[in-house]
Amino acid sequence: MYRYDAIDKEMLADRVQEFREQCARRLAGELTEDQFKRIRLMNGLYLQLHAYMLRIAIPYGALNSAQLRKLAFIAGTYDKGYGHFTTRTNLQLHWIKLKDAPDILEHLAEVGMHAIQTSGNDIRNITADPHAGATADEADDPRIWAEAIRQWSTFHPEFSFLPRKFKIAVTASPSDRAATKVYDIGLRLHRNGDGELAFEVMVGGGLGRTPYLGSTIRKHLPVRHLLSYLQAILRVYNRHGRRDNIWKARIKVLVASLGPEGFAREVDEEWETSDKARVDLPDTELARIRAAFAPRDFQTLPATSTAFEAAKSNPAFARFARHNVKPHKIPGYALVDVSLKQPGETPGDCSVEQMQAVADLAERYSMDEARVHYEQNLILPHVKLDDVPAVWKALDAVGLATPNRGLITDIIACPGLDYCALANARAIPIAQAIARKFADPALAERVGDLGIKISGCINACGHHHVGAIGILGVDKKGEEFYQLTLGGSPEANATLGQSLGPALPADKVAGAVDQLVEVYLRERKGEERFLDTFRRTGLAPFKEAVYADAH
Amino acid sequence: MPMLIRWTGQTAVAAEDPFTAVGDEDPIPRGDVIISLQRFQTEGERLLAEGRKVGVRIEPNEQVEEIVRDLPRLAVVALAFPKYLQGQAYSSAAVLRERGFAGEVRAVGDVLREQARFMVRAGIDTFEPADGATPAEWSHVVGRFRHVYQRAADGREPAFVERLEANHGV
Ligand code: SF4
Repeated sequence: MYRYDAIDKEMLADRVQEFREQCARRLAGELTEDQFKRIRLMNGLYLQLHAYMLRIAIPYGALNSAQLRKLAFIAGTYDKGYGHFTTRTNLQLHWIKLKDAPDILEHLAEVGMHAIQTSGNDIRNITADPHAGATADEADDPRIWAEAIRQWSTFHPEFSFLPRKFKIAVTASPSDRAATKVYDIGLRLHRNGDGELAFEVMVGGGLGRTPYLGSTIRKHLPVRHLLSYLQAILRVYNRHGRRDNIWKARIKVLVASLGPEGFAREVDEEWETSDKARVDLPDTELARIRAAFAPRDFQTLPATSTAFEAAKSNPAFARFARHNVKPHKIPGYALVDVSLKQPGETPGDCSVEQMQAVADLAERYSMDEARVHYEQNLILPHVKLDDVPAVWKALDAVGLATPNRGLITDIIACPGLDYCALANARAIPIAQAIARKFADPALAERVGDLGIKISGCINACGHHHVGAIGILGVDKKGEEFYQLTLGGSPEANATLGQSLGPALPADKVAGAVDQLVEVYLRERKGEERFLDTFRRTGLAPFKEAVYADAH
Repeated sequence: MPMLIRWTGQTAVAAEDPFTAVGDEDPIPRGDVIISLQRFQTEGERLLAEGRKVGVRIEPNEQVEEIVRDLPRLAVVALAFPKYLQGQAYSSAAVLRERGFAGEVRAVGDVLREQARFMVRAGIDTFEPADGATPAEWSHVVGRFRHVYQRAADGREPAFVERLEANHGV
């Protein structure tokens, strides 16, 4: 893992000091809340419905045990004993006191963490494939490039007041675990015909009111030119993106209005004339960052583990092994999914005890690494198969062994009206009601791979457009209603969901999901997932089932 | 004379402002003036011929490319920030400096100390603060960060160069 050197640490120290002074000005009444807003919003501090919310960045979702323990300490000391992992792999604390915020930032800085650019119209926290460094199918380690972008984008003098927030995701694998097609910029590392490492650059993806999938504007960008090319994209956007209408300010609107080719032409023109050598990192710096992500000291182990196989005689473990244990690039190792989706709990919430437990397990069994997946779960990326039974037991003891990764109860939900000032409707109780219906693990397993994603408003933080079943909270004359979409997928061949029909009241949503699942179970052929069946049958049978009463 | 803040490269100092900012409807007074791009395009030649110093104010939706040919003759390019969130001018400043403009680049409008360090790095060197910030306060916020991660118009060495030099014992 990348460790902050003296320079990185001094950046954080200076930041903490800056924010401490700014908070003091606010607390002393020198700044009004309105004047303070523009400051706190650059520090990941939001004023929500009930309290301040602090959004802590977890660059490319990577955590070590010291960082996890620190997050646990902060959640226990300054919040109500839990935190919320988001679809951007950040951690949100929803009950913060303003006077504590500078101290929290100082604690975070001790472990190389911060809340820099977790809000504001700037380049936000960089996300990457959570399987990086552990998966056999990657062309390179995407974290190297995500870290290079993190540094380049931090306090960028030209790009800190963009038309709107800006999100970048990096993957190096054909199976997209970072949802790169729904990002302002999605970067996919691959090797070109000559075996040279290159980026496919996709721009203009994004959810929200007008969802778009990113368009490829360059197939083979030589990796050494990543930063100069990003600068060209950001400059074109900063100069020409719309600022007159908040709903039209994301880069996707600019890309759509110029057309991907037109936009690419503008970027190329800017890039060709730019002094690339001033912007691109020298090889020495890239090598320094690369060294931080050097392959770990894996042991030579047999590909199968007798302990692991034997433990499967316990059906509960066997189920966990089927859904939450993923193949590792090194024989004898596995990635272990830690589900933050126990039915009845809030998706993405993690208590102090749970964070500590995962920290202990990461340290003891996973080379001190844990990851955050954007689907609001955690991962222990380097566990020996021999150790998986012990890890499972320890996870089970703190409610983290729900064997449901990718299943119907592995629901993504934004904080919604329980916390968020922008929400139209609650998301968490809807998720809980659905999860309760499918709480029987055997039933969830029978239904199989099915992503439900819930957003409390059109901002789409819950990624509902790319849910196999998407649920969007809408306001109908002051009442919470929910618009369902079917057939969305964030994977490599991403699709946006189609509207099922008129919005439903809150108490009908879980029942409607049940009906959708029944249709699927009736219609499915062979090994079809929900998504496959839907793609084959189309909307009609599903629509009919849910709205039958209305006829 | 009204005062403004000038960044010297090391520190912020108070400086007198010899320029008059002239609205499009106002008559042109004597002395050095800053006028809109539109007015510059019609009246710039005449004013320059009179031997006075002329500055041009660029609004966020205007492109500095329009004055590229005139840059050698311009004393000031004033970049307007009608609202601090309107950040096009950061790119305008960067482009001006990349094109070699060595004159004064001024920030006018909703210019606040929280933006000072970004503005200085982008190549802006004089400021009309809207928040009453003093030169001492300006120096404090601009000089706060001991390191930067990227090259910009201010010429500061980025972290990756510092690291290289540390390794080679420079
Ligand atoms: S989708 Fe809407 S309700 Fe949910 S977190 Fe985002 S802004 Fe808030």
